[in-house]
Amino acid sequence: MLVKRKAPLLSGIYVTDIISGMAKTIYQFFFGRRVTVQYPEERRQYSDRFRGMHYIKATNGVENCTACMLCPTVCPAECIHIEAGERPDKEKYPIKFEIDVLRCCFCGMCEEACPKDAIKLSTIYEMSTEARKVYDKDYLLEQRGHK
Amino acid sequence: MNLAAMDMIDWVIFLAKPVLICVIMLQVVPIMVWVERRGSALIQNRLGPNRIGPLGLLQSLADAIKMMTKEDFIPGHVMGFYYQLAPVLCVVPAFMTFAVIPFAGNLVMDGRTIHFQAADLNVGVLYILSITSLAVYGIIMAGWASNNKYALLGSLRSSAQMISYELTMGLALVGIIMTFSSVQLADIVAGQSQTLIQLGPIAIPKLGIFVQPIGFFLFTTAVFAETNRLPFDLPEGESEIVAGYHLEYSSMKFGLFMMGEYISMAVGSALISTLYFGGFQMLPGMGWLHGQIVQAAALPQLQADLLRVGFEIASFTAKTGFWLWTFVWVRWTIPRFRYDQLMDLGWKFMLPVALLNIFATGFFIYKGWI
Repeated sequence: MLVKRKAPLLSGIYVTDIISGMAKTIYQFFFGRRVTVQYPEERRQYSDRFRGMHYIKATNGVENCTACMLCPTVCPAECIHIEAGERPDKEKYPIKFEIDVLRCCFCGMCEEACPKDAIKLSTIYEMSTEARKVYDKDYLLEQRGHK
Repeated sequence: MNLAAMDMIDWVIFLAKPVLICVIMLQVVPIMVWVERRGSALIQNRLGPNRIGPLGLLQSLADAIKMMTKEDFIPGHVMGFYYQLAPVLCVVPAFMTFAVIPFAGNLVMDGRTIHFQAADLNVGVLYILSITSLAVYGIIMAGWASNNKYALLGSLRSSAQMISYELTMGLALVGIIMTFSSVQLADIVAGQSQTLIQLGPIAIPKLGIFVQPIGFFLFTTAVFAETNRLPFDLPEGESEIVAGYHLEYSSMKFGLFMMGEYISMAVGSALISTLYFGGFQMLPGMGWLHGQIVQAAALPQLQADLLRVGFEIASFTAKTGFWLWTFVWVRWTIPRFRYDQLMDLGWKFMLPVALLNIFATGFFIYKGWI
């Protein structure tokens, strides 16, 4: 049913609404709580579960990765490229481990899929570079943002 | 003014006033850009630009450099001559209006009377009305010459809006003209120094807002509409027509449109304070302070007058500044009107009220109440 409500007196000329609105904004102007984070000096506290820059976890200087190919399989953005090799002790290891971070969507599925706790996502979110590089194994093995 | 009878000093004064006014008006633009950005930020619980210079004051300078060094791209489909002319036509009328606004009382120096007003025209208010209606040409020309549908829609809205609100503006001014029986702004300002009611030691001056409260509201609303500021910024309407009439403009040509907007804001504020708040009449307390200083230092007549002019310019600037801030304040408070609401408000409410206001003013004057 269409209900027609009677408009309050003088609502058509907006005067009361404008005055109350302006009182609100001037209050905000003088006493409002500022929500701006002054970025380089102040930083927002992110959760420890924040999914940022990848790294490959190493134990005693050797990467945990066994090149099982689970992460490139599960990766929806297809940004992980691994070439497997064999160590002298017959253990499988990645010769190449490259992540194209420009394609990565930071879903964290590689981290979930990894049985060896090797590929991990740190909380680092400042990833801007001047070149469009694909990060190789040496870069990823630096334990930055280790957790 | 008899040009042949003017000597060297007259010429210097004659030429210095427009230059001074233009320079001051140009300074309004960067300051207002900064006020707008910081003010809007604080109203919205943000901080705004605060990195360049103290409190971000040099942000406008950086903006100006950016504006001037950007590529000045002219699209292939525009009508060259009118496209180039439109931004200029937006800025020039805004400057021209300020010519008749007095910003201080007369100063007598060596038997020479200096009017602090670029042109003391005897048509005053009529000149203002005619020049402000020129501003719409720049916008229409920009929209038409851009050869773009959004731009054309913006300028169409603008022309309809400005013509509708010009009527109200003119009719609201009729009330003021009737009350002070003059169209010259200097006379109107002088008229506002008279006493309306004497409340013991406090004399309430005959300010425009006291004798024409309805006219004041109508005029202020019309000025908001004439300057294309929110809540009446239909010609720009970002969400509907991208950017409206200045869509195809880049670099300093766009900057000129922005300058035109801020300068017409400044002119509008100066007009509101001149017509309804006593113009350069000193703020309450300033007259007393001036008297005290003159007495204490035993200043001679000329220096006392110079001090008075200083106080008057300060008062005028303060009043204009307050109204400039109100433009910003209103912009960040009220959302844009829908087009039919705009037209309803203009034609069905403000125009009849303005006419009634004229009749009421006439009745009051006939009865001798004001």
